[in-house]
Amino acid sequence: MAETHSLQDMRQQAAVAAKVFIQRDYSNGTMCQFQTKFPSELETKIDKQQFEETIRTLNNLYAEAEKLGSQSFIEGCLACLTAYTVFLCMETHYEKVLKKIAKYIQEQNDKIYAPRGLLLTDPIERGLRVIEITIYEDRSFSR
Amino acid sequence: MGVHEVLMCWNIKLQLLAFLLVYQNSAFLLMLCCCSFFIICFYFTSCPFLAQQLTPIIPVLGGALFLFVLGTLLRTSFSDPGVLPRATPDEAADLERQIDVANGTKGYRPPPRTKEVVINGQTVKLKYCFTCKIFRPPRASHCSLCDNCVERFDHHCPWVGNCVGRRNYRFFYMFILSLSFLTIFIFAFVITHIILSSYQKGFLTALKESPVVVCFFSVWSIVGLSGFHTYLISSNQTTNEDIKGSWSSKRGKDNYNPYSSGNIFTNCCVALCGPLPPSLIDRRGFIEADAPQMAPPTNGITMYGATQSQQSHMCDQDQCIQSTKFVLQAATTPLLQQHSSEPVIITSSPENGTSLPARASLTLGGPCSSLPLGQPTPPTSTPSLSCHEATDMLPIHGHALNHTHPLQEQAALHHYLTPEEVPSPPGMLHCGSPLGHSHTVQTSFYNPASQDSLHEDSVRGLVKLSSV
Repeated sequence: MAETHSLQDMRQQAAVAAKVFIQRDYSNGTMCQFQTKFPSELETKIDKQQFEETIRTLNNLYAEAEKLGSQSFIEGCLACLTAYTVFLCMETHYEKVLKKIAKYIQEQNDKIYAPRGLLLTDPIERGLRVIEITIYEDRSFSR
Repeated sequence: MGVHEVLMCWNIKLQLLAFLLVYQNSAFLLMLCCCSFFIICFYFTSCPFLAQQLTPIIPVLGGALFLFVLGTLLRTSFSDPGVLPRATPDEAADLERQIDVANGTKGYRPPPRTKEVVINGQTVKLKYCFTCKIFRPPRASHCSLCDNCVERFDHHCPWVGNCVGRRNYRFFYMFILSLSFLTIFIFAFVITHIILSSYQKGFLTALKESPVVVCFFSVWSIVGLSGFHTYLISSNQTTNEDIKGSWSSKRGKDNYNPYSSGNIFTNCCVALCGPLPPSLIDRRGFIEADAPQMAPPTNGITMYGATQSQQSHMCDQDQCIQSTKFVLQAATTPLLQQHSSEPVIITSSPENGTSLPARASLTLGGPCSSLPLGQPTPPTSTPSLSCHEATDMLPIHGHALNHTHPLQEQAALHHYLTPEEVPSPPGMLHCGSPLGHSHTVQTSFYNPASQDSLHEDSVRGLVKLSSV
């Protein structure tokens, strides 16, 4: 029987073996992008393609949040005209995308990372500095 | 822990109390008072006449403009400028380990200070911040006053009582722009008042009855400052970069600004209408109280599940009262430690002033050259603040002497702090030499050791306040 770890089991019972930090990639300027380099600690745990796919999607989502499109421009102008009081009742574009990102990370954790004993932490909880990947100790759960 | 993380608490009343009581923000209070004073002056002297003679819309428009100025000022002062939370211990350890591996040594050696990255073809050095234990993103800088790294650090503005960074630059710009319009508006109508009433009363009488001279200098300094920031926005530079000449062509033929899109309109849009990133500081996170004599490590960890139960413990009436007492004590005790005043000669020349048209030279010649310390400003807890203290003193004396013009001082003393990389240890003076003279006088007023404990006390107090 293949070992599957549910997220709940892991958090409650497993001990943290190590933490890997994916740092920011500043080669495109101050935009929030993370390095897609595959860390060596994860070599035995997860497929490289899978990992890079996750990071690339996250990068795209952050780029979307910070993009200067017509929507954010209109939002900015409206905010200025209303003396920025409009944000009391409305969510900014960035916040909406951050919610999308949180959902995506949750989904990735449930489907891909938790079964392999890994846990992705949302970068916003680390001040958008790093993506923290917690590696849990490999324990077999007998069923 | 930085001031911002402590002040960003949900309880607005306590936040305001803490903000105002921390005496670093005396310049902000002064700014508020000056603005209010001017508008009141205008309303009482010129407005009745103008409303009668021309149109009653004038005071209404003036009032609306003033409210906008006030709104943007408060927004700039009370919003998070883009503080980068400090690294968690795990992150810091990981970074050090990576660097040790890169260096090939296992011995304990401080991490190298810089990391180079190529952005749009330009090599940019990322510096390591020893306080926050991170490699600072490009354009970020550590503010020694707020003791935090701030993204897209522009400058620390004492008049606004806050850093100006990525998240509040647009509010700051709107503030100075609307303030320019307000001063021009007031100035124009004061002139109109003089002209119109001089037909009836004679020129000199009319002149005596209106505050025109006061307006004159404030208009030029504030308009100059707005012009300067308009230039910065259109070229997508920060004040910090402009002062250092980071992207100046004088540094090298190939030196250019990698962040600028080349188009003025795009640069303006990005700065003013771009998406507003959310605050990275967790407002409801559990902040551990300081251990005595030790600066606590802060972390940006949000522990929402854990905090809610802990919050209910911390939400204690007694805690609240005790913390307020702490802060009050810390703020007021220095006032009792003042020694006899000594004359201070303050000559100010801009630090790197050539590029700043708003910097009126404040070499006060003649009778103003020696300013007695009529009203002692509370000494600051860290010596680096004494720079601001000295600049703060000037407007106060300006008021007392009726000689200088507060608003002029305000803008001219818009002291662009060059950001510090390391936390300011006691005794180290970071400020530029023009105000160095006043430093030596100031240091005789306080004992650095007691100031440290006072600072810690006030921080401890603020910590407890924030946890409510």
